[in-house]
Amino acid sequence: MEYLIGIQGPDFVLVAADNVAASSIIQMKQDQDKMFKLSDKILLLCVGEAGDTVQFAEYIQKNIQLYKMRNGYELSPTAAANFTRKNLADYLRSRTPYHVNLLLAGFDETDGPGLYFMDYLSALAKAPFAAHGYGAYLTLSILDRYYRPDLTREEAVELLKKCIQELNKRLIINLPSFSVRLIDKDGIHDLEKLVPVGAK
Amino acid sequence: MALFDVSGYKSHLELRKNTLGTGLRHFSSGATNQEFAVPAGIDPSGFLKSCSREGQGGVSIDLNHGTTTLAFKFRHGVIVAVDSRASAGSYIASKEANKVIEINPYLLGTMSGSAADCQYWERLLAKECRLYKLRNKKRISVSAASKLLSNMMLGYRGMGLSMGSMIIGWDNKGPGLYYVDDNGTRLSGCMFSTGCGSSYAYGVIDSGYREDMTPEEAYELGRRGITHATHRDAYSGGVVNLYHMQEDGWIKVCKEDVSELIHQYKKGMF
Repeated sequence: MEYLIGIQGPDFVLVAADNVAASSIIQMKQDQDKMFKLSDKILLLCVGEAGDTVQFAEYIQKNIQLYKMRNGYELSPTAAANFTRKNLADYLRSRTPYHVNLLLAGFDETDGPGLYFMDYLSALAKAPFAAHGYGAYLTLSILDRYYRPDLTREEAVELLKKCIQELNKRLIINLPSFSVRLIDKDGIHDLEKLVPVGAK
Repeated sequence: MALFDVSGYKSHLELRKNTLGTGLRHFSSGATNQEFAVPAGIDPSGFLKSCSREGQGGVSIDLNHGTTTLAFKFRHGVIVAVDSRASAGSYIASKEANKVIEINPYLLGTMSGSAADCQYWERLLAKECRLYKLRNKKRISVSAASKLLSNMMLGYRGMGLSMGSMIIGWDNKGPGLYYVDDNGTRLSGCMFSTGCGSSYAYGVIDSGYREDMTPEEAYELGRRGITHATHRDAYSGGVVNLYHMQEDGWIKVCKEDVSELIHQYKKGMF
């Protein structure tokens, strides 16, 4: 029911997540923010089982901040992604595995932008674009068709809008709004919330 | 290496020893390590999985949240309305159960799900809130109180707790309303309803809600929400207990029988 998407450009990463917090058939909240700020240039998008998502994401968030306090410098996006994956893997075969699907997006001074896809079995893959949720079945092919490594920011937002329009048209459940953020060398920027209107 | 320390790598054997615990110690919060009372040698989550519909053995323990509770924020504070039916399967154990716990004069908690779990954990929350006030010389915020309750639930993940609760209060950030449940969900919002009658209550309060209602209109909306939900839901009923959370604390507004209210509302339809 939940949806996450990330698109990496030459010098930025664009990410979006839906805003619904649901419990069985009821939407309990329509303005839930599923993005967690790990550091000035790293965002963690987290969906999955109720309770696990916030708990795991906040645990990773606080540990990344602790690392910065202890050592004086921040973890790079690659290191943060691998740290997250390691934690997921450790808990996977414990009595309390975390059932969460993640996208980690970040910008590194030396390596540039990075988008990492992680699933609840703690698989990790660096990808130019990625999506989670039932919506991914509809939108990954759109990303395959129209993605280019040299997208500008505006083109990336247009591609994102195309994906969301497709969800609005074909997905059986209604996702009324999406939070959008962009990460580049200047940090994390909040973009306008996307609200798909009407069915075509 | 810094990352090695932070990643907290533990060998599998060490992990198992830590999670099963070494003897019965009760839940305690605060500065010391949290320890949870788990029966030694038993795996609660594994046992419970075998009792659910999907498990083998044909036994099915389905925990129903047989209740309707609702709360919503508006201009003049927060309204809390609950029903009072306690059901044990299809038997009505009590028609005047108290589903609102008065934690302190500026914090309320509602209960739905297992009565035992709600009463115990919310009373424990009341104790923690009091300790916080004694230690820090200021009232606990609604956000912190709900986080405490949520963490208590997360400590017993998968072990069969059943609790859907709302924490309502007024602190220096203004009126606060949080939904906390047994799988660790904690949501802040302007309107929530819990229990198996919640969908019916949402229908009524969503369509009649305005942010600028007068207190009397808000009381009426809360009463309506519970009454119409109890009319349709078999597991909700009894009386409506209505509270109003204001800046200087909560007041109990009324306690009215739903069977009388439904006749008033549906005059001419029966």
